[in-house]
Amino acid sequence: MSDDLKILDDVANSEYKWGFVSNIESDNAPKGLNEDIVRFISAKKNEPEWLLEYRLKAFRHWQTMTEPVWPNVTYPKVDFQDIIYYSAPKPKVQLDSLDDLDPEIKATFDKLGISLEEQKRLANVAVDAVIDSVSVKTTFRETLLEKGIIFSSFSEAVHEHPELVKKYLGSVVPYTDNFYAALNAAVFSDGSFCYIPKGVRCPMELSTYFRINSAGTGQFERTLIIADEGSYVSYLEGCTAPMRDENQLHAAVVEIVSHAEAQVKYSTVQNWYPGDKDGKGGIFNFVTKRGICLGYKSKISWTQVETGSAVTWKYPSVILKGDNSVGEFYSVAVTNNMQQADTGTKMIHIGKNTSSTIISKGISGGRSHNSYRGLVKINKSADNARNFSQCDSLLLGDQCGAHTFPYLEVSNKTAKVEHEATTSKVGEDQIFYCNQRGISTEDAVGLIVNGYCKEVFNQLPMEFAVEAQKLLAISLEGSVG
Amino acid sequence: MLTIKDLKASVEEKQILNGLNFEVKPGEVHAIMGPNGSGKSTLASVLAGREEYEVTGGEVIFNGEDLLEMSPEDRARAGVFLAFQYPVEIPGVSNANFLKTAVNEVRKSKGLEALDSKQFLKIMQEKMKLVEMDKAMTQRSVNEGFSGGEKKRNEIFQMAMLEPSLAILDETDSGLDIDALRIVANGVNALRDGKRSFIVITHYQRLLDYIVPDFVHVLYKGRIVKSGTKELALELEEKGYDWIKEEVDATLNA
Amino acid sequence: MSTLQETKNKILTSTVFENWVNASPRVNAFADTIKDAAQAFTAQGIPTTKHEEWKYTNVTKLATTDFQISANNNTLKKVDVKEMKVTADAVIVVLENGVFNKEASSLEALPKGIHIGSIHDMLDNAAVKKHFLQHADYKTEPFVALNTATFSDAVCIIADANVEMETPIHLMMVNTCDELSAYIPVRILVVADKNASIHVVETFESFSHTNSIFVNAVSEVVLAENAKVNYVKMQDDPGNTTHINYHRVAMARDSYQHLTTLSLGRGLIRNNLNIRLGDVNGTAYLNGLTVARSKQTVDHHTAVDHAMPHCYSSELYKNLIDDQAQGVFNGKIFVRKDAQKTNAFQSNKNLLLSDDATMNAKPQLEIFADDVKCSHGATTGQLDDESLFYLRARGIGEDAARALLNHAFAAEVMEGIAHEGVKEKMLELLNEKLK
Repeated sequence: MSDDLKILDDVANSEYKWGFVSNIESDNAPKGLNEDIVRFISAKKNEPEWLLEYRLKAFRHWQTMTEPVWPNVTYPKVDFQDIIYYSAPKPKVQLDSLDDLDPEIKATFDKLGISLEEQKRLANVAVDAVIDSVSVKTTFRETLLEKGIIFSSFSEAVHEHPELVKKYLGSVVPYTDNFYAALNAAVFSDGSFCYIPKGVRCPMELSTYFRINSAGTGQFERTLIIADEGSYVSYLEGCTAPMRDENQLHAAVVEIVSHAEAQVKYSTVQNWYPGDKDGKGGIFNFVTKRGICLGYKSKISWTQVETGSAVTWKYPSVILKGDNSVGEFYSVAVTNNMQQADTGTKMIHIGKNTSSTIISKGISGGRSHNSYRGLVKINKSADNARNFSQCDSLLLGDQCGAHTFPYLEVSNKTAKVEHEATTSKVGEDQIFYCNQRGISTEDAVGLIVNGYCKEVFNQLPMEFAVEAQKLLAISLEGSVG
Repeated sequence: MLTIKDLKASVEEKQILNGLNFEVKPGEVHAIMGPNGSGKSTLASVLAGREEYEVTGGEVIFNGEDLLEMSPEDRARAGVFLAFQYPVEIPGVSNANFLKTAVNEVRKSKGLEALDSKQFLKIMQEKMKLVEMDKAMTQRSVNEGFSGGEKKRNEIFQMAMLEPSLAILDETDSGLDIDALRIVANGVNALRDGKRSFIVITHYQRLLDYIVPDFVHVLYKGRIVKSGTKELALELEEKGYDWIKEEVDATLNA
Repeated sequence: MSTLQETKNKILTSTVFENWVNASPRVNAFADTIKDAAQAFTAQGIPTTKHEEWKYTNVTKLATTDFQISANNNTLKKVDVKEMKVTADAVIVVLENGVFNKEASSLEALPKGIHIGSIHDMLDNAAVKKHFLQHADYKTEPFVALNTATFSDAVCIIADANVEMETPIHLMMVNTCDELSAYIPVRILVVADKNASIHVVETFESFSHTNSIFVNAVSEVVLAENAKVNYVKMQDDPGNTTHINYHRVAMARDSYQHLTTLSLGRGLIRNNLNIRLGDVNGTAYLNGLTVARSKQTVDHHTAVDHAMPHCYSSELYKNLIDDQAQGVFNGKIFVRKDAQKTNAFQSNKNLLLSDDATMNAKPQLEIFADDVKCSHGATTGQLDDESLFYLRARGIGEDAARALLNHAFAAEVMEGIAHEGVKEKMLELLNEKLK
């Protein structure tokens, strides 16, 4: 159909809107990676000896590892010696209040649509903003502290709550876990830290915005969220990066610990620069995200809307250790042009009566490749475990690919595991039906695609859902429609 | 309002419409009947602009404009509404959201301001009564999981919301039980205002007991071979199509 | 103790192999392929569980067992196999330890246009020349490489154009070896020419009580335009057997193939089915059933490759896993760029019957075309308590009720078998297994 072709053409011509570079002075480490760089980063952050030791152990282990090759993605080999591992915006003055924030940084966040002031006044969302791996400002700290909630940059937490950091760092994602997790453990520069005390329901959404700004840098942030017994927190993460011809590496680690009857909801809208329509530039997004449900009735829920990055390699997972614990994964992954995504989840059932739900919606356009890879593992101990997975793929062109690789490993007969997958395209009859009601083809595709993703968008907090829908429209701009 | 002259159309290289002539004036209700494969649904599809149908000759003038030159959405915006024989399911898109998008598109093309949610809701509630639709149905995904009757009622509801000047009902009665048929017909009759025109395509005379047409036409082998008033429909019901077929085939062979 | 690697070298230089190569100068046509395959095996070796395709099935023991190629090939007579016939009128083709046994076979009444025999006797057949060793890929499949490098005999079944044969052809694989550890390569070629239609049944059984047997079977099935092949593979090897089976089907336009794999044996079983819909309008059905007990592993790997438009494939795999057994299902569906209007469906249902049973399922869709309808579903669970209760409330004892439900679960797979006589016999075998 000529309309389809036109749409695809339009999509290919839609542009990344967050591709500006902010003129912020930054403080960089020399390129390359060796023990001295690890020590340099640790020294820069004035870290205690135990953390330096942790980093060095991770670094030494990393040196023995090789890059994983099993994901269904291809990309030029990353030269790990050609990356700047530490880049921090130079603070002009000590930050006492928001007014002291570098105006350029503030302007950057305004452009991103994250007005820290506005957020503070209206949205009741506490924001931690991370530029090039360093936390530049956390809002709302005082309000949260009244409830005993700790929400700060990772570096601050290391100094202010070393006992918590020490106890939980690497407890869910050990540095031995995988190549990028080891790399992150060696060189992580900052990130967010969050602790919700027993029985406290966090009164506002906590949010981190990540931004890669400097050229030649990698971003290696680390997030640690601990929800103590009976607590609740909803956490949001958003990311953008400037347009650059080079590929930049983002290798983050997120660890979540959910104690008995605690609930953590983690939502991501990932919009790293995906490269241009010929696949030049863009972020390599190699991220390890994992949570553990430690106690009875713990719950962790991942929701992600992935529209960015040149190459994505990401499997937010839940270890369901506590009896009756619950894991959820809701995902919309959009790939366009030359993007590649290999994403999904792992649900590891250990406790009794544990249940997990996986809803994955892949949308592929252009010459992109979109793979779902998920593991559901029911251990022998997990009596009455339940899993339901649904993986749908929507194809928007004849040059893209959609792939599903579910692994279902069941070792307990009382388990019930159900998996469904479908692949289809936007139906011409659906588009014509909309046309006949006066809706243009472009709007019709937008409507249909949003309808297709609804189950996932419903899981997002309100403001985020609106943002996600807009993002989806822009990612498929013109195209679909 | 609508003038069709010598319309020829084919699908997958097969000629279906063979020089069809037909005129509809404002406020008129025309019923089109005919045996299977005579081209009834093709006519509806061609008027709505379905791409698989290739127009190979003739013209269609709608309110002074060349309808065949227009995209499907522009035809809809100009006031042509097709009630589908097989309404399409759109998972995840609520009826309300779908209609709001459609109504505001049509308004935009007329230079009217978009309705806000409150105004839209008010109009929707009024129109829902026409087809005895309950509120839950507007929150369900478009046609998804609807019964046959619900789908057809939903078509008429959409027609009420979009207020077209010409409505084409493509076998809207097929598969309906008598209650559903009554509801659908009442909805249609409520929208007959002396200005709005209808083309009612049907297999069965019984629909015409409820929606009384001004004219009845018989379509056969891609053209209108007989026209009359509602009595013609009764005659067809009684005698079937064979006598018409014989008449036509005899003339063709002569 | 020598490793299989060494065994293979030994086999390659053994008299069995050389005799065969020397037996007929015409075999030179395949000499290069055989040599190439030997190299391919050396390069690949026996896969370990680090190999993604062998993640759940450990066959490394094969590499450390001192296998010998069996020497007894012609001990069986017609009377010995009479009871095993799949139907009374079936054409019987006996392969004893992988070698064609003419004496025990009954090929007297073959219809015109059906040719069956040992590769040694069929080298002049045009279809054999064209297709033998040409379809199973030894470059990427280590056991195909090993088979290609080491088989000493093969059976070819050729159906000429327009020949339709309703009587099933029964390929009876029987092991009688008495070597302590025996290696048995089995090689089959089936060609159905234009418009031909045949029924083929493979059965694997054993009279042998030796320490361990390694059956390495490769079947190549070729369908020309509009050909139709109904194929049943029934694997009933005893617990001393490791059975690795590779089945490749190459399909031309408008062809139809229906393949049922019944893995009812007691040893380690691994099936690799590879169906290529190479031209338009092909139809492929793949059904499979596992009944696994004790500590055995039964592994089904299927790959359906849609290369061209307007093809249809449907897969139904059911696994009944008891005791400490492990079931594995890996079902790949590829839809290539040109394969628009593909319809591909897959369903995998598994029942775990004991506390120690394990099921590992990996359905896998890889789609490169946009106008397709594909779906897969996989479920793993136990017998529905409600159904069980219902039967018991009607006075059926718990064991009987379970057997009934297990049978009902499994029977769906049998329903697809086209030949009534074959279906009946297979249901009978299943009944015995489920007792």
